[in-house]
Amino acid sequence: MSKHLILRAVGAAAAAVIVGAAVVSAGSTGENTSEARARLTMIVPADPGGGWDLVARESQNAYRGGDIVANTQVVNVPGAGGTIGLAQAIRLEGRANTLMVTGTVMIGGIVVNQSSHTLNDVTPIARLADDYEVVVVPADSPYEDMSDLAAALREDPGSVAIGGGSLGGTDHLLAAMIGRDVGTDPQEINYIPFAGGSQALTSLLSHSIDVGISGYNEFSDQVSAGNVRILGVSANERVEGIDAPTLAEQDIDAVLPNWRGVMAPPGITDEERAELTAIVTEMRATPEWQDTLERNRWDDTFQTGPEFEEFLGSEIDRITTVTEELGLA
Amino acid sequence: MDALNHLLTGFSHALTPENLLWALLGVLLGTAVGVLPGLGSSMAVALLLPITFQLDPTSAFIMLAAVYYGGLFGDSTAAILMNTPGQSSAIATTIEGYKMARRGRAPQALATAAIGAFIGAILSTSLVAFFSPAIIGLALRFGPAEYFALAVFAFIATSAVVSQSMVRGLVALGIGLSISLVGIDSLSGAERFTLGIPQLFEGFSIITITVALLAIGEVLHVAARAHTDDGHESMLRRSGTPWLSLADLRRTLPAWLRGTVFGVPFGVIPSGGSEIPTFLAFGTEKKLAERRARRGGRENEFGKGAIEGVAAPESAGSATAGTAMGALLGLGLPTSGTAAIMLAAFQQYGMQPGPLLFERNGDLVWALLASLFIASVMLLILNLPFAPLWARLLLIPKPYLYAGITVFSVLGVYAASSAMTDLWFMLLLGLVGFMMRRYDIPLAPVLIAVILGPVAESELRRALAVGQGDVTVLFGSAISVGLYAVLLLGGVIVAVNRIRARRRATATVPGSKAGAAS
Repeated sequence: MSKHLILRAVGAAAAAVIVGAAVVSAGSTGENTSEARARLTMIVPADPGGGWDLVARESQNAYRGGDIVANTQVVNVPGAGGTIGLAQAIRLEGRANTLMVTGTVMIGGIVVNQSSHTLNDVTPIARLADDYEVVVVPADSPYEDMSDLAAALREDPGSVAIGGGSLGGTDHLLAAMIGRDVGTDPQEINYIPFAGGSQALTSLLSHSIDVGISGYNEFSDQVSAGNVRILGVSANERVEGIDAPTLAEQDIDAVLPNWRGVMAPPGITDEERAELTAIVTEMRATPEWQDTLERNRWDDTFQTGPEFEEFLGSEIDRITTVTEELGLA
Repeated sequence: MDALNHLLTGFSHALTPENLLWALLGVLLGTAVGVLPGLGSSMAVALLLPITFQLDPTSAFIMLAAVYYGGLFGDSTAAILMNTPGQSSAIATTIEGYKMARRGRAPQALATAAIGAFIGAILSTSLVAFFSPAIIGLALRFGPAEYFALAVFAFIATSAVVSQSMVRGLVALGIGLSISLVGIDSLSGAERFTLGIPQLFEGFSIITITVALLAIGEVLHVAARAHTDDGHESMLRRSGTPWLSLADLRRTLPAWLRGTVFGVPFGVIPSGGSEIPTFLAFGTEKKLAERRARRGGRENEFGKGAIEGVAAPESAGSATAGTAMGALLGLGLPTSGTAAIMLAAFQQYGMQPGPLLFERNGDLVWALLASLFIASVMLLILNLPFAPLWARLLLIPKPYLYAGITVFSVLGVYAASSAMTDLWFMLLLGLVGFMMRRYDIPLAPVLIAVILGPVAESELRRALAVGQGDVTVLFGSAISVGLYAVLLLGGVIVAVNRIRARRRATATVPGSKAGAAS
């Protein structure tokens, strides 16, 4: 037994050493640095593998590559549309070395889960990047453009099965905004939630659903392979690298950036907030992060301070209204 | 053969000393997290993700895939020795595996599991290497209606696992379905049985449920009888040789192959993909054993530690990994948590799994497929000789052993959620598990209901929503009609057999009411 246990332990230890070495190798930051530069914790209020998790792990890589933070760790606190993670961040009041990843989805999540905590309870630091949603149909779909889809929705909204991610998430919100704009009650939209965009994609390819909505990355390969077509993009102007018109171009007023940003716990001092802002700003300038933006086709919509706060305030109002119109509140 | 050439080129890339080292590291780490309940391969892959940035993509994916396969080999170890499945794909293995361990056949059970996992992995990886377009075609024929048909099929087919008593089995199914209902309904947003506790909005995690019912329940059960009963001491003794005998092999070989057949098609299915086939394989083996016993063949050992009950679910579980990799590479469809994180890893390298991946990144894909074979062989070499050594864990005196199981369980549940509330849920469900043991209510149906219930429910409602409430959508494709037809046929055969048996019984023993509650 002992021999075997030792072997297993060696395996585990080897892995731990690698993890440790990778982390420590970046740990050559100078003296008299802030706590956050020595050790930064990123709370991801979702499971590993999702969009927020990707933001955290990509920026973890940039913090290390740019020698900005000695030791960054990512903690996943999934659940309840991100509000469990939000509650945890709020409990860490005054902890100036913690950042929580957030974004459009959390605003909807707060409404859907009737959370007693909101984004007003944490300290805004920065908006990092935007991602856009696309509306797609199978290659052989009768809908050639958004006006075909709009006509079908006006005639009988129930007959168009629209699939996307979870209830109250960006995919669902965009479906509702399109419905509202073409003059259909958002609650009449036949939205079928799936665990994620790729699950919706298989149902789209098997012709179980008629329309799919998700981030462009979920569909990009099937688009290049010619299996699905993009009807519209939720950006306000054409996105580089996506060969498709925007919804706005087709007279559908549904601009929905899926933004991702970071927030700090409440109760930190102004100096601490400025330091965290500086750290994130340095991170954004690293070649690693620029590479991340390019690879994921994220829009660099970096904002901090009052600018970000203003954006945040208007987004909270806008998204909350749409979510309530959907009857999810 | 084009695919064979590609694969051989893949082997030439994968067999470099450096890549072999990454594969070895991956299988070691995967086995380690697989053994520990709560720590799954998905968590290990997520932790490794930032590190793999520093590697070239081929090495990185070889390591990540090795972790994935390692987890499927490791998950049965704790299942057999401690009644605690390391991952949910080992739940079915637990049922007979732990009983084998208690009969002193832990080494054989461990060896059976390791070889089963190997056979499942190798066969399904070969299928993916040579027939991936067909497998992808299969995945694309499935929509909500077909998934629902499949879930119904699995529900009824696994009812074989339901115990002798129909009533107790149904009670257990009811408990499982109630547990699975807790949380926010994903299709309507309605809260169900959450008592307003935010931690319950996502429902109970499958890790908490399995660890609580199987491990904590067992610990409480043993502790409650510590002074009255010494029956468990038998597990400390080992009987016979630690190796599989020829007789064992004759029983396990067909079971391994049957299990693989169940596992292969399910790898491409997103929810319950790795658990459903393990239960189907288990149910089939149990039915076959019953039939053999009825026909005067070998005695039916199910309920007392049948080796087929370990062999089939293990090969089924790891067979899903191969086809899951196929779905991930060829379709960009992540069918498991681990696959979802590997998808993110592909995107980190600027690659998008999907129909064009084989053309655009052919070198990497074939090296990855080749390394899956290599990882499987490594895992077999690693796991087989250690089976008897692992089994010696059971030589630890009972109080220490069960204390150790409790510690591992608590650590595992905490590691999975990093929330104290989950530990309270674990204790609560552990008490439920204890009461179920006391009143002789079987545990397997609870776990089947927890896994299949939500799949069946959400797919049914999705299918009906797409069809705007029209029930005929459920019978709209050859796949769903075929599945229902097989079920109907099976039902008729069972009914006819039962009537015949009853007639025979009444003929031989006039006036007696035979087979009342079978």
